[in-house]
Amino acid sequence: MPSINRCLPAVRRLRIANTNFQQSSQLRIQAARSAYQPLQRRWQHSEAATASSNADEGPPPSRSGLSQSKIKYTAESYPDLKRDSRFKEITSDDVKFFKDVLGADNAIIDGYSQDATSDLEAYNADWMRKYRGQTRLVLKPDSTEQVSKILKYCNDNLIAVNPQGGNTGLVGGSVPVFDETIINLGRMKNIRSFDDVSGILVADAGVVLEEADNYLGEHGYVFPLDLGAKGTCQIGGNIATNAGGLRLLRYGSLHGNVLGIEAVLPDGTIVDDLCKLRKNNTGYDLKQLFIGAEGTIGIVTGVSIICPQRSPAVNVAYFGLESYEKVQEAFKEAKKQLQEILSAFELMDSQSQKLYNKASGNKLPLENDHAFYCLIETSGSNTDHDSEKLNAFLEHVMGEEIVEDGVVAENETQLKNLWACREGISEASQHFGGVYKYDLSIPLPQLYDLIEDCRKMFQENGLMDPEDESKPVLDVVGYGHMGDANLHLNVATRRYDKQVEKVLEPWVFEWVKERHGSISAEHGLGLAKKPFIGYSRSDNMINLMGQIKKLYDPNGIMNPYKYI
Amino acid sequence: MATKLRILVPVKRVIDYAVKPRVNKAQTGVETNVKHSMNPFDELSIEEAVRLREKKKPVEDILAFSAGPAKSQDILRTAMAMGADRGIHVVEEKQELEPLGVAKLLKKVVEQEDRNLVILGKQSIDDDANQTGQMLAGLLNWPQATQASQVEIDGDTCTVTREVDGGVETLRAKLPMIITTDLRLNEPRYASLPNIMKAKKKPLDKKTLADFGVDGEKRLKTVKVTEPPARQGGGKVEDVDGMIGKLKELGAL
Ligand SMILES: Cc1cc2nc3c(=O)[nH]c(=O)nc-3n(C[C@H](O)[C@H](O)[C@H](O)COP(=O)(O)OP(=O)(O)OC[C@H]3O[C@@H](n4cnc5c(N)ncnc54)[C@H](O)[C@@H]3O)c2cc1C
Repeated sequence: MPSINRCLPAVRRLRIANTNFQQSSQLRIQAARSAYQPLQRRWQHSEAATASSNADEGPPPSRSGLSQSKIKYTAESYPDLKRDSRFKEITSDDVKFFKDVLGADNAIIDGYSQDATSDLEAYNADWMRKYRGQTRLVLKPDSTEQVSKILKYCNDNLIAVNPQGGNTGLVGGSVPVFDETIINLGRMKNIRSFDDVSGILVADAGVVLEEADNYLGEHGYVFPLDLGAKGTCQIGGNIATNAGGLRLLRYGSLHGNVLGIEAVLPDGTIVDDLCKLRKNNTGYDLKQLFIGAEGTIGIVTGVSIICPQRSPAVNVAYFGLESYEKVQEAFKEAKKQLQEILSAFELMDSQSQKLYNKASGNKLPLENDHAFYCLIETSGSNTDHDSEKLNAFLEHVMGEEIVEDGVVAENETQLKNLWACREGISEASQHFGGVYKYDLSIPLPQLYDLIEDCRKMFQENGLMDPEDESKPVLDVVGYGHMGDANLHLNVATRRYDKQVEKVLEPWVFEWVKERHGSISAEHGLGLAKKPFIGYSRSDNMINLMGQIKKLYDPNGIMNPYKYI
Repeated sequence: MATKLRILVPVKRVIDYAVKPRVNKAQTGVETNVKHSMNPFDELSIEEAVRLREKKKPVEDILAFSAGPAKSQDILRTAMAMGADRGIHVVEEKQELEPLGVAKLLKKVVEQEDRNLVILGKQSIDDDANQTGQMLAGLLNWPQATQASQVEIDGDTCTVTREVDGGVETLRAKLPMIITTDLRLNEPRYASLPNIMKAKKKPLDKKTLADFGVDGEKRLKTVKVTEPPARQGGGKVEDVDGMIGKLKELGAL
């Protein structure tokens, strides 16, 4: 086998920075290649601050350049939701208090004493351009103490707040519904400590995931979480949503990797549990409550997390397969033959790849059309060992005709391009107007049935047409983390349309419930999934959750109208 | 009867172009314990040769050639997975070959293997010499067309378009000839699994420099390799006067 050996620190999306090697040839290669290098968001409107852009300060936010004013206010799209009249409307005294606490000018966007509409919009609108709040106040504390003072004040005065990280959440949890005050963590971005013996990183919640990962990369380590929005989302936001992402198959969930949390409760109490121990069986493990709480019981300000060694040898292969049965076979074989070096097994259907191609203009890796595509990544410590295993696996799946065709990345550029075919789908799905996104856990054998059923439904009800602009739906695509039995159903639309939503909900949730799946595998509940929690949790469980919420946030100021 | 094309494509194993090279401690070269892959320009050469065959040009065979350490075999297999028919590997662990040495070696290969078209990358991204193709043309006394952005072959006439400052230049010559490739020529394909499997069975001959009667003796001595100076951060000036003042201060005005 030719060099499928990738003996480079596993930095598949590390910026290609040849600055120390500025030879004209290299620069020219970059220039020429960029034309077809699907570094994720190349094809996005250039004015848009993208989910992968490196915002210098704070989130920014959804996609600031795109005119947010076209996005409907959440209050209008959810007419049944009413602003809770208990919550105080902000006065100039409140603003003054916050200014005193925060000190710096750039720590507050104040839409009360001046017109700050355009600055605020980026914080009010979500990444999907589906939700839009109406806050006139964004606070950007830079220390845990500031967060504590702010929250206590809000709690005492019944000011509703919306914690915000990188604003890449996909369920409408990261932006206000009405005028909740946004507390954005973007200015808390210090790495507090790193121990390169244990691999334990302690950092502020506002550190951008990619920056944390780059930092760890310099020490030979890797952040145990990776996802398409890594250039913008914050590790605090990741913890608040219990994000799953691309490395879960290999490194497990945040519930296992997060060792400690520092958080602030509404009454100002600092939960100081920045533990750096793997084992600590001394009482209730309260930090777990904050993992996936989506900002409803407190604000995460610091994180302690155990990070694995970065794998020096990374290989990526991309296959075409004829049926979902074959996909399952390939997955079984991959687990059997690749075992400890398997680090990702991603599924993409034919429609998702066509949509990616159409939106990005990037060529697909395989010449012919296949019903399904899979991306496999291996990461290990020994190039020769990994290649041998991968070779045997590839020979097997080709020989047994489990896969129809495939390619193996021969260099870093190809490796990135193959990953882009998977990671670019999310963006491609909403490239043509909007997207209805469902993030579901479904038992593997039935996983793909949902897409087929859904597609059939839209074919029959006449709402879908790939060409006809008058139809709201463009296509139904399915993809996801096969390794975690986690499917993404994306209904790509030309515009958001109540009719489409009515067809999908609660149909999707009922479908998933019947198969004992989860209606939200990794994206959380937010505003979008709140009414449907009952499809995945019993009344008993929901009651118990309500008790937790009451205990930590008795006034209900934390991210109201959402979650449970 | 059109001339049969017997193509030679030299390929070089270099540090992957996405890897940032670092100077070694002894300042004698760069750290080589990083990922390597095929010189990107050589990918273009292989791709072009394979496309000639796909365009039903009378390609008799495509020979991929590499001189370098044992690991260079990997890129020869890649070349064969992309469509080359066979490979020759001159194993040379000890020293880097210089462009002239390589050109002399290639001349021998051309003669022994009876080649009439050599497609090379315009340069390799490690030493950026941009010399081998030209030297080979000189040694063979063949016509050369460097930095090709388009190649047409009709009978034994070869038309090459190359981008020059402010426009394009079109060259025409008769085979045998030397072509070097530039970035806009094509977009190299991925090596597909079935072709990777097939490539394992394609012949790959191992040879030594001595087999070709070349000694590979170095004519250049690397004195020292250093990193470029770190970039200084920029500063802001308040207004035009501030800028003029600053420029004066720096002695630029
Ligand atoms: C392109 C793209 C790909 C994605 N891929 C994946 C994926 O593969 N897997 C996956 O699980 N998710 C994925 N997501 C969604 C994912 O949930 C978010 O990207 C990320 O985890 C949220 O981080 P954030 O900093 O942007 O948080 P935000 O979007 O700002 O906030 C999300 C929620 O957390 C709360 N919150 C944020 N910060 C804090 C804090 N410090 N303390 C308390 N509460 C807080 C907010 O109130 C909100 O409810 C993707 C999103 C995008 C746009």
